[in-house]
Amino acid sequence: MFDWLQHFADWLIYSVFGIGTETHLGIALNFFVYDTIKILILLFVIVFIMGIVNTYFPIERLKNYLNRKKLYGLEYFFSSIFGAITPFCSCSSVPLFIGFVQGGIPLGVTFSFLITSPLVNEVAVAMFIGMFGLKATLIYVISGILLGTIGGWLLGKFNLEPLLSDWVKQILDNNMQQAEFQEEKRTFYQRLPEITNSAWDIVKGVLLYVIIGISIGAAMHGYVPENFFNDYLGGGEWWTVPLAVIIAVPMYANAAGIVPVIEVFVAKGVPLGTAIAFMMATVGLSIPEATLLKKVMSLKLIAIFFGVVTLCIILSGFVFNILL
Amino acid sequence: MSKVIKILGTGCPKCKSMTSVVSDVVSENNIEATIEKVEDIMEIMKFNVMSTPALVIDDVITIKGRVPSKAEVLALLN
Repeated sequence: MFDWLQHFADWLIYSVFGIGTETHLGIALNFFVYDTIKILILLFVIVFIMGIVNTYFPIERLKNYLNRKKLYGLEYFFSSIFGAITPFCSCSSVPLFIGFVQGGIPLGVTFSFLITSPLVNEVAVAMFIGMFGLKATLIYVISGILLGTIGGWLLGKFNLEPLLSDWVKQILDNNMQQAEFQEEKRTFYQRLPEITNSAWDIVKGVLLYVIIGISIGAAMHGYVPENFFNDYLGGGEWWTVPLAVIIAVPMYANAAGIVPVIEVFVAKGVPLGTAIAFMMATVGLSIPEATLLKKVMSLKLIAIFFGVVTLCIILSGFVFNILL
Repeated sequence: MSKVIKILGTGCPKCKSMTSVVSDVVSENNIEATIEKVEDIMEIMKFNVMSTPALVIDDVITIKGRVPSKAEVLALLN
């Protein structure tokens, strides 16, 4: 699909700039040009498609769906899928959380949404397709959704309501009036300019991270020796999965910046499953997210939430390494 | 009559761009309005919105979860 782009990168670096095909600099620059352009194209396309999906499934409609339908246990799964298709913005997670709980959706089902929402987002998906291809992306998306389903279900088993912040409990008790959701009556063509604009905005917003991430990746590609991680980090040892996840949890990195670096890890000998687990822990859980959630949950609840999700990610890392 | 515009958002990039769009529209068209930023999450939740940023004009929620265009904001204010 991107052959033409590889030809372009080869031509630009090796012919126009005249940098040798065998030099570190040449390889690094070629990788940089090719990947940056490819990622930007993919990002725009995916964000655009997700923008279209979202105008048809606004969050209020999803919430009402979860609320009204009897789903016989499948609600965790649906909630997790909804989390995946809703665009993630860290500052929206708290209003979403309260909106769900206030709408009578069980805490566990809300957690399913909260886990998958940052884990599977349009930027991460675009970066994954660009760097690892479709198959790895599918594995990432499906396991992200399953992880949200199982994590939410597990959290729903504990009695966690008493651990919410006092003012959230008050909101629940008062049972505030539900604002009726008004459908937007504009046609698809009227919305199209908006969708395009917001796709551009997102691409512009992550551009810097993409460039930094790919630069680091490109530099490592050119200079880090083959099998470096295999030799020094014990590529396939069982403890590398929990280690990678635990290092990644407090880290906050934009998916756009982290995927190109992970791609190099994999190219230099880290197993793909370990890399996916690392990626999930980086984008799914972070200190900034914990600080935001502090407004609606007690520290104990945040600790339980992070603990369960971390455990799920570690387990899925093992499963990936067996399957892949 | 002066309009009361409230922008609900916890300070994410999208909320900032909504604020700048709205204040541009207000000043460019000499609209009589006060713009108030509501950043406290407890206050925001009183409006019952689930996705920020949200635009509230005279206590009516007009837009939520996205950054509107200038033309759209102007139409809502008139």
